[in-house]
Amino acid sequence: MLIEIKKSAFEPYQRLLDYQAEAGFSGKFGATAVFVGSMREFNQGDDVDKMLLEHYPGMTEKYLQKISEEASNKWNIFDSLIVHRIGEMLPNDPIVLVAVWSAHRADAFDASRYLMEELKSRAPFWKKESLSAEQERWVEKNT
Amino acid sequence: MTIQVKFFASLREHVGQAEVEIAESLVETVADVWSQTTKDMVLPENTLMAVNMDYVDASYQVKAGDEVAFFPPVTGG
Repeated sequence: MLIEIKKSAFEPYQRLLDYQAEAGFSGKFGATAVFVGSMREFNQGDDVDKMLLEHYPGMTEKYLQKISEEASNKWNIFDSLIVHRIGEMLPNDPIVLVAVWSAHRADAFDASRYLMEELKSRAPFWKKESLSAEQERWVEKNT
Repeated sequence: MTIQVKFFASLREHVGQAEVEIAESLVETVADVWSQTTKDMVLPENTLMAVNMDYVDASYQVKAGDEVAFFPPVTGG
């Protein structure tokens, strides 16, 4: 179970492979569910040039740890990995990686969905967009 | 004996400060902390509140040494 907050761009698929190679469940898992969220170049009908992702240091890690523990209590999984970007980012940049390993697909699917939904509703991150029209705005809707 | 107060994201810009300390003797609840640190600004309806990095509601009782935070709905992921 690992939580990482990244201040600079990361490559989610490479991170996934590296983590899996070092993990202690080699040969045991039959399912890996992966979610990668990336920055769009548009939101709510406007072109977005860049985005600033702010977080509450300490509370973010605490809640990501909490939801990871909840998922591991609810489902039969070997491990989970959450990587989340903060700071300034550009369209196409990966924002979040959630990966879950289990013996069979149902647990990995369900646990990864749970982690993403709980992250979006409970982990203290906020997005501020810079629009092409030289405006800034805080994202208010958690879609 | 003090309480550390933090504001994040749009709410930080709205109240015009990121972090402030107040005397514990001035407040009983999280709602009091808001009033004392914002000169009685209206608390935006959807504001989230945390004490020592756990979500609480406005009636939660605070004590010396607590860290209280106010922030808008979260939008990560």
